[in-house]
Amino acid sequence: MMEMLRAIYIIWYRELLRFVRERSRMFSALAMPLLFLVIFGAGFKNLVGNLAGGVDFVTFMYPGIVAMSVLMTAFMSGMSIVWDREFGFLREVLVAPIPRMGVALGKTLGGATVAMLQGCLLLFLAPVVGVALTPIKVALLLPMLLVVALAIASLGVLIASRMRSMQAFQFLMTLVFFPMTFLSGVFFPVTNLPPWLMLVVRVNPVTYGVDAIRQLFLQGMTLPAVNPSLGINPTLGALGASPGKDAPYALAVTLFGHPMTMLQDMGVVALFGAVVLSLAVWSFNRQD
Amino acid sequence: MKAVEVKELTKRYGTLEAVKGISLSVEKGEIFGLLGPNGAGKTTTINILCTLQKATSGEAWVNGFPVARQRDEVRRSIGLVFQDPSLDDYLTAYENMSFHAWCYGVPGGVRRERIRMLLEMVQLWERRNDQVKTFSGGMKRRLEIARGLLHYPAVLFLDEPTLGLDPQTRRRIWEYIMELREQEGLTIVMTTHYMDEAEPCHRIAVIDEGRIVALDSPEGLKRRLGGDVVILETDDNQGVALELERRYSLAAELRDGSLRFTVDRGSQFIPELMRSLGQGIRSINLRRPTLDDVFLSLTGHDIRDEKPDSRAEIRAHFRQRGGPRR
Repeated sequence: MMEMLRAIYIIWYRELLRFVRERSRMFSALAMPLLFLVIFGAGFKNLVGNLAGGVDFVTFMYPGIVAMSVLMTAFMSGMSIVWDREFGFLREVLVAPIPRMGVALGKTLGGATVAMLQGCLLLFLAPVVGVALTPIKVALLLPMLLVVALAIASLGVLIASRMRSMQAFQFLMTLVFFPMTFLSGVFFPVTNLPPWLMLVVRVNPVTYGVDAIRQLFLQGMTLPAVNPSLGINPTLGALGASPGKDAPYALAVTLFGHPMTMLQDMGVVALFGAVVLSLAVWSFNRQD
Repeated sequence: MKAVEVKELTKRYGTLEAVKGISLSVEKGEIFGLLGPNGAGKTTTINILCTLQKATSGEAWVNGFPVARQRDEVRRSIGLVFQDPSLDDYLTAYENMSFHAWCYGVPGGVRRERIRMLLEMVQLWERRNDQVKTFSGGMKRRLEIARGLLHYPAVLFLDEPTLGLDPQTRRRIWEYIMELREQEGLTIVMTTHYMDEAEPCHRIAVIDEGRIVALDSPEGLKRRLGGDVVILETDDNQGVALELERRYSLAAELRDGSLRFTVDRGSQFIPELMRSLGQGIRSINLRRPTLDDVFLSLTGHDIRDEKPDSRAEIRAHFRQRGGPRR
């Protein structure tokens, strides 16, 4: 047990050290979501107008961008095992007398921690996009980001433990990471989509993570009764928004007609994370 | 107890048989060489001994522990210097050493002192706080050797330890290793395909195509050749070869336009040769046998004839499905 904790700690610590050292990775994981926020925010704001519950589009998108930044860093950190393998460092780790399980767990935990910190960097933007942050919100946000990051970092570790070269990396980003991110409601509300898309969105575990984070951000931003016919984009907004209802709930994911609460959302993510993490540890253990 | 014991080891990758039944044992304090071209199965054998790969069949013990069953005990007993660098480029030299010390549970008090001693030994103490990515190839290799010795291993595995290093660095690294062997009674198992690098070994196993084709001291291996190596260039190689066979019962081999054979007391043989076959001879080269000659005579091909090694073959196979590297 002590051995295990030691292994987790060592690997986790190295991830943090690398995060501090490797500034370029930090910036790229920050730049892309920011770019999306600025470009999509400015581009779609006038087109879309306010969303259900009177939420401004940029305000709506901001929590999604925080989530995306976390997702991206977590996934990349998990996948960095492929780099470790390519540059040989993985052998140093695999041949050390430390349990493999500890290595996989440390890698996941380290990646998740780094991703959470990365997400926190974006919190400084909150006032700019009109989101009021309270200490309680931030205190709740950190564990949420960590759980989401753990799930996605596990996914990265799982994939990387089976990958023997960096070639497949671009392919996996395009085929796994981007669909998971884009179809999770990062950029658009998942309330009024065509049925086939709705299905994909509901199956995607990331959706629930993004939803929970957004609910937390927008909580308490109750707006006066809004008449759907006035000022709200008829295609994107307003569905199921009853006057006076809390804004986030108007945009929340529904499962079997039931709008998910934050806790339920996190339950889904945690469950997904637990399954993937177990698979990742198992898979990492099995490799030569 | 032997430092390393290997019995009937085999390793298959699909249909490719990289190691075809290797048996050997290494005494404590011995410097043991695995010599062979790329793809002969040296690295695979080392990887199995280091618990990095599982054998298809056969058994192996390192420092008395079976590699298949007591992996952690084996791992604690060995130091490794890999063929390719295995350092974290983004960490400093000191952090790489610390990471290793933590992994192997080197206690805190000893740790700092030991890291300092080793970094000083490989002349990297001044650079300890620089990221490894700023290091040259030779510095990285020296750091790896220091790291491999950090946890007092009983057996040090050196996989092509000085591959791609300049001669000066190679010599210095060997000095360190020899010094440590004397100080700590370390056993050293190394692979190489540089013949001169294998010279300091007590014993050498010559490996070709997954099998041990000879196992002896460097001197013993050279003695097997029976004398000195003569390389002849003549106008009529075929004819001279026949004459050598007929008159002296010497089996000469034709390679790259010259005849090559070994003979006892070569310096006395040459005047005799000049008297009998002097006419068409363009040049004569006489030398003491080297391990290169040994390898050639044992396997029928030159050690530098490049064949893709099994791992590289597999890697290439995966790469084809990807596209250009990075």
